[in-house]
Order: sequence, then structure tokens, then C-alpha cells
Amino acid sequence: MSEYNVIGKSFDKVDGISLATGSALYTDDWKVNNPLFIRLLYSTEAFAEIIDIDIEEASKMPGIVDILSFMNTPDTLFTTAGQGFPEPSPYDCRIFDKTVRYVGDRVAAVVAESEKQAEDALKKIRVTYRSLQTNFDAEKAMDENMPHIHGKEAFSPILAPYNPEKNLAGQSDFSYGDIEKGYAESAHVIEHTYTTQYVSHCAMEPHSAQASFDEKGRLIIVSSTQVPFHARRIVSHVTGLPIRRIRVIKPRIGGGFGTKQEVFLEPLVALVTLRTKRSSKLILSRKEVFVSSRTRHPFRLKLRTGFKEDGQIMALEMDALMNAGAYGPHALTVLSNAGSKVLPLLNKIPNMKFSGKSVYTNLPIAGAYRGYGATQGYFALNQHLDIICRETNQDILEYIKKWHIKEQETSAVFEALGEGKEGVAQVVKSCKLSECIDKGAKAIGWYQKRDKKIETQKDVVRGVGVAVAMQGSGIPLIDMGSAYMKMNDDGSFFLFVGATDIGTGSDTVLSQIAAETLQVPLDYIHILSSDTDMTPFDVGAYASSTTYISGGAVLRCAQDIVKQIIEHGALMLDCPKEELSLHEACVINEKTGKSISFEQIGQHSFYTSKQIQIQSGASHVSPQSPPPFIAQFAEVEVDKKTGKVHVVKFVSAIDCGQPLNPKLVEGQIEGAVVNGISFALTEELRFDKSGRALNSTFWDYKIFTAADIPEMQTIIVNSSDEDGPYGAKSVAEIGINGPAPAIANAIYDAVNIRLFDLPFTPTKIMNALKATGRG
Amino acid sequence: MKKFFVINGKERELEFEEDALLLDLLRSSGYTEVHCGCKEGSCGCCTILLDEVPVNSCQILAATVNNKKITTVSGLGTIHSPHPIQEAFVEAGAVQCGFCTPGMVLATYALLEKNPSPSDEEIIHALDGNYCRCTGYVKILKAVHLAAKKVKNNV
Repeated sequence: MSEYNVIGKSFDKVDGISLATGSALYTDDWKVNNPLFIRLLYSTEAFAEIIDIDIEEASKMPGIVDILSFMNTPDTLFTTAGQGFPEPSPYDCRIFDKTVRYVGDRVAAVVAESEKQAEDALKKIRVTYRSLQTNFDAEKAMDENMPHIHGKEAFSPILAPYNPEKNLAGQSDFSYGDIEKGYAESAHVIEHTYTTQYVSHCAMEPHSAQASFDEKGRLIIVSSTQVPFHARRIVSHVTGLPIRRIRVIKPRIGGGFGTKQEVFLEPLVALVTLRTKRSSKLILSRKEVFVSSRTRHPFRLKLRTGFKEDGQIMALEMDALMNAGAYGPHALTVLSNAGSKVLPLLNKIPNMKFSGKSVYTNLPIAGAYRGYGATQGYFALNQHLDIICRETNQDILEYIKKWHIKEQETSAVFEALGEGKEGVAQVVKSCKLSECIDKGAKAIGWYQKRDKKIETQKDVVRGVGVAVAMQGSGIPLIDMGSAYMKMNDDGSFFLFVGATDIGTGSDTVLSQIAAETLQVPLDYIHILSSDTDMTPFDVGAYASSTTYISGGAVLRCAQDIVKQIIEHGALMLDCPKEELSLHEACVINEKTGKSISFEQIGQHSFYTSKQIQIQSGASHVSPQSPPPFIAQFAEVEVDKKTGKVHVVKFVSAIDCGQPLNPKLVEGQIEGAVVNGISFALTEELRFDKSGRALNSTFWDYKIFTAADIPEMQTIIVNSSDEDGPYGAKSVAEIGINGPAPAIANAIYDAVNIRLFDLPFTPTKIMNALKATGRG
Repeated sequence: MKKFFVINGKERELEFEEDALLLDLLRSSGYTEVHCGCKEGSCGCCTILLDEVPVNSCQILAATVNNKKITTVSGLGTIHSPHPIQEAFVEAGAVQCGFCTPGMVLATYALLEKNPSPSDEEIIHALDGNYCRCTGYVKILKAVHLAAKKVKNNV
């Protein structure tokens, strides 16, 4: 039995019915008076200098109000990465640039009375380019004589390796122990190279932003953003308008997954509105979202390990090459996360080395994407563990249980690798990974299916594979969230949070934390989130931070409200406050049996004596980032005639601390898993030889529908982390880390082929089968 | 051009360009619950009912609608009086960002009108034109079963 009233219960999302009935408003639904419409002209060249933009004909077209390009906009360098300030991402982009760096880079914006007029005028703009030598190959980016994609003026705002003259967008290195000694002590040394592909987030709502002035002439931006406060700061930086003159409102958001952590529309709508003194809006098309918003960073990961006969790893080297694309948002931190979120899991390896480089190429821009480098790192690590266990002939489940990080243990990686700076040492206080492995194995039927190569039809063979992962809960000593609360005269509360619900349910779980602390029903809490005028600061929805960081702020804030309520209750009940406690929206004196309701307290505090608005504000930043843990199991069926892989069943067992709302926990895992499965099997943004995207529509870029999903099971393994609000850790990202390696390992289990290159298309399967003579 | 439409049971005269898409006309006429996810006819976020048939409103010219009745998700139920299908979606946890939800709810309504007790396979077939990136569809399938139960009990 739970000791909680509200925590740990599967409440409906507090915004659920408004979303299901369509009354909830997204950015494009917000009424704005007589807006101008913005459409963008994109580069057809992968790398070129713009010699001339001829807008004469376009500007005479009906309805055209303004045309923006590098010729009439600020030259300010910035990063679109919505991260803490100063951002650990290079300042390498401008709102418009004289140089275009990929097919789909921004050239000009047409502002018109209607969308159609803007689109018609776009076609009349003549751009003269001087083509430059291109490079689409991350491996070659740092070679001599390669084109420099960015000029010397680009810089890193933090002290970090960055060199545009070598196309180096970020670099991250650390090591401990003695790698060579480790290899010398090993019986086997193996090395494999793993590659991951360009993929799109595919949030259903395209990126959208609009700007207008309020009656005082302040700029109001409504945006589909994960980072309203960062957006406000970046808009101020780019436009020169002081932060105090800008308000950013986040309405409902139609999914983010990291892509809306990028601030690339807000500065543009702001600039258009400042120039025209009119409202403006910009809603991207799906094609624009595919090519000209953000993607997941492709990686080449070389893993080299030395291990003893019993499989004990004595040395591990991870060499990561990350393709940042044409600009560098998150170029350093996604890279370092491939090490920092992955390598601590095997904390007993005595000698370890991580070398990472992130390089510019003339391909679309990558950015934050659920999993944030860990997904790519775990793809490599989990296959590698499977290989080691098979070579040393042992049970991978027992192997992982033996070697994974345990409670009260630490890893040198925590301290070595942070986000743009050194990390923070921490001890893991909760870890139920071994239990996750046991429960997941049972659910998938591991020992009945592993190594059995069950043939369900002729040439159709089944196999099972496992992958494990951890993530973090926010960025320690960087991420900060705040909450403000006030009590109403009916005993209910307003909760204001900067935290940004992008569909995840954070409005709901933060309300649950407040309700639990105040001992009131959930509907006593009315939440308003993410409006830079109305709510206190929060870094926003990223790094799996909201439940842990913003939740910590809500907890502190509510605890202070409790204190004030008790004090006021003591006044009204005329007794010492030490005798009082809270129960069901009442203050109770258990000694005397007297009680007084929150409604009476609220009213009394407003109107009667010791008049006061019961209110409080709190912020939270943490020196810890308690990792959640997951074990994920795939059962696949490989058709040896066609090369098609079908995932039959997928099981995830998750330790996310105390689940605040199990239904929402399951939803986070299930969504991440299905995204992860299509990442493994079908998703890939492909390019032709000139860098043009070949499949920038949903017809050509396959994401899963209800018809494609396997039987799914999510097992929540309760733990409690002493640092989290009510013991909670994060859950949003971790679930996407396991599907690709678990499927890869399951394919090997079925047909003995190793696939090191995502996605696992039928062609790759057939080629691998042929190469091993099994096709 | 001008034309009369029956939208969510009310007759309205709307003015629009000859080549206007039904999706754009509905959104600009205040029916912002009809969402635009791709305008390619693939994602299903703009699903509406034409008479009882779910269609992608981005693939239909407003001028071709003629006498068919248009239903958007707020025509099924509102924040003040939600339809059991909408309640089922919320209860099952099938709503995360909610952008696909109106389309999913309408596709479910159309399915249950024809088939009050659908199997998993029939649900999957009915929802195949509606993408969701948040939920992994697990809870959406649960929601449709729950909705079927609720609708039956309501009758």
C-alpha cells in the first residue's frame, strides 16, 4: 500500500479533456490580429556564397510587405541551441547569412498579407550563388584541404575546444587508468565500428511561432517551444530588444522530442514584427521540418575493448565522430553525452578512454533529440557486450548484472564528463537494474527463446536480444527550475511553473507533487506553466529534467506553503503549531480533535486577521542527476528470404525511482520504444550526391503506425531516490536507448549476423546473410 | 466563392477561394481543433468526418464538399460535455501532446458507428491513417476498446 494520496496514482492528464475535445490551443490556433505571413526561401546549393539576391520582381508582387535577407538583418552571431547561458554550443549562425551551408539553409524571408502571396513572391526571387567546394563526409571533415564550413569569426562562448578552421564543432576527451596496461592484461581485444543515421523527430505539430505587440508596445511571442526563457534571451540577443520588452508564451505543444529546444523561428518572427510593426506568423511545412529544422546527430562510434577469458573488461576505448551538420547546436554536449550517459554504467572497468570529435559538414543541422547522444552510444555498447558474452560463452543477463553500477557506487566518468565543462561527482543512490533485467527476461521468455533459433515458418527465424541503459535527471549544477504558488479563498491553489509541458504530462505530475505536499485533491491545484511574464524561470523541457528539477522546486514551494497554512491555522485554532498537521485539505489538531478547512484559512487570511496572501516561491538546482535505469528486450522474426525484420514483442523494465504517475510513465516508455524501433528499422533521412534530401515527406520517410507495433509490455520496477521529489527520477528519454541494440542483438540471435549500421533495412540484412553464406 | 456548409450540426455560409483546401477553410473559420501535421494526406491530424466517413481535410477542396455534413472533434463533444470516446482517450492515457488526438477520436467514432465491438486488428486497420509520435499507440488501442465499452453503456 502506498503511503501517498496523490503520488503514484495514474491520474488523468490535467489538460487531457481540453486536448481531446480540441479546446486546447496550439501556436497556430492563437488568435492574432491581422497577421502577416512569413515564407522562407531556402538554399538549393549545399555550400555557396550568395553574390546577389534580386528581389525587385518579388517585392512588386501583390501583398508583399517586406523581404528579409542578410542584406537587411542583423549580423549578430548566435546559437539556436536553447541551453543554459553561456551556451555550450558555438555561436556560428546568423538570422540570415551571406553564406549558405546546406541544401535547405535559409536565404530570405518574404512577408506578405497572405501565405499564398508570400509563396508566389518566393518564386520570383533570383539568387546568384558562387558555389564552394562541399563536404558531406564527417570522416574527411578535418582533413587538410577540406573546405572550412565556418569562418574564423565563429566562436565558442564557453572555454571549450572549437576550431572552425578544422571544421571542429566540438571535442570531448577523458580517460582514467592506463589503457595500454588494460589491453596487456586482457586475453582478447576486439574492435568494432558502429554507425547511426540522420533521423527526424517527427513531432506531429510542425515548428510554429508568431509575434505581435501588446498595448504597451511590448513584443509578445507565442511559440511551439520547449524553452520559453531561453527563447526570450536569444530573441533579445539577436534583435537587441531588452529582455524586459519581450514576453514568450508557450501554449500547448504538439510534441518536441528535442527539436523544439531550438530557437530558430522566434528571432525571425520577432524581427519581422519589429520591422513592420505588424503581427506576424510562421508555420513550417512538413518538408521544411524534415530538412530545415533539426535532426538527430549521426555518429561513427569505434569501440575497442580488452577483456579476460571470463569476460571482465580491462580496457575500453570509445572513439566518437559526430556529424554536426552545417551548424553546431548541441555539437559539444550531444557528443559528450555519448560517453557521459553511457560509460558510467560499467563502472568496474579499470581503464577507460573516451575521445570525441564533432565536425561540420554540408548537411542539415542536427540538434537535441530524445536520448541526446546516449542513444547512439548505447547502440554501440550493448552490441559490444553481446559480442563479448558470446565470445566468452556466458549468459549476457548474468554478465550485465555482475558488472553494472550498483547502489552506493560511483563512476569516474560522472566527474570527468559534464555538459560543456567538467562533470559533477555523484554516488548512485538508487539502482534496480538487476531487478529490471530479471523481470524483463521473465516477461519476454528469455531462457525459453535465447539461442533457440525457433523457425515459425520456413526461413523465418526468431531471436531475442537485450539492451540496458541509464540516463540522467537534469544537468547537475546547471539546470534550474522554479515554482510559485498562492492560496485562494476557497482553499485551492494556483501553481505557476516555468517548466514546459510539451505533451509529456509535466503539468500533471507537478500538480501531483503540489497536491501531495499540501494534502489536497488534485483538482485543488490549478497550474499555469511557461509564460515568461507570468511564471518564474525554468530552463525548459530537456535533459530529462522536469520531474526532478522543476518537481524539486514545486516540492520546496509547497512545503513553504504548508508552513504558512499551519501558522495561520494555529492562529485560528488558538493552539501551538506543533500540534497541527494536514489532512484532506484541513488543518487538524489531533490532540483536541479540532480542525479547520483550507477554505476557512484562505478566507480568514484574506479578510479577517493577520491578513496575508499565503504564497511562496522556490527554485531548485541539484548537485546530483540520479540516473534512471532500463532493461529492454526485443523478440524479432527475421525472414531470410526477404531480409525483413519484424519485431514480435518488446519488453521494457524501468527503474525511474518512485513513479509519480504510472500511466504517464508507461506512456513515456511506450512512445520512446516505438520511436526507437522505427529508428532501428525504417527511419533514415537520405541525401543525393549534392546534399539534397531525398525523402522529406511522410510518404517516403516511414514512421510507425498502429499497424506496425509489436506486442509491448512496460514493467515499472519501483525504487526511490532520496534526492528526487517523492523519490522520483526521470523517465522521458531513456526508453529510446534500447530498441536499436536490443533488435540488433536479437537479429544475431536469430540468424547470426551482426549489423553495425542503422537502420536495419532488408537490403542490409540480405547482404549480411549473403556475406555469411546463410542467405 | 461562397457556399453553405453544415459543420457540427450548424449551417454556416463561408467565403473562400476556389482552390482553398477544406482544412484551411475550417481552420480560418475558427475550427482550429482540425490540426495540420503535414498537408500531404499522410499523418491524419486533419481528420474530419464527411457525413460518417473520416477523411484528411487537407486533401479535399472546400468547393467539392457539396451537401455532406462536416464533423470536427468539437462536434462530438466539448470541454463542457465531452463524448465518451474523448473521455476514454484521456482515461486510457492515449493523449500526450494531443495534436493527433482529434483525428484519432474521429477515426474511432467512425469505426464504432460501424462496428461497436472492434477487434485489435479492426482498430489497427481503422487507425492506420493516423500517426502519433508520443504514445507508441499502445494506449490508443486501449482507449478504443474502452471507448467501445463506454459508448455501448451510454446507449
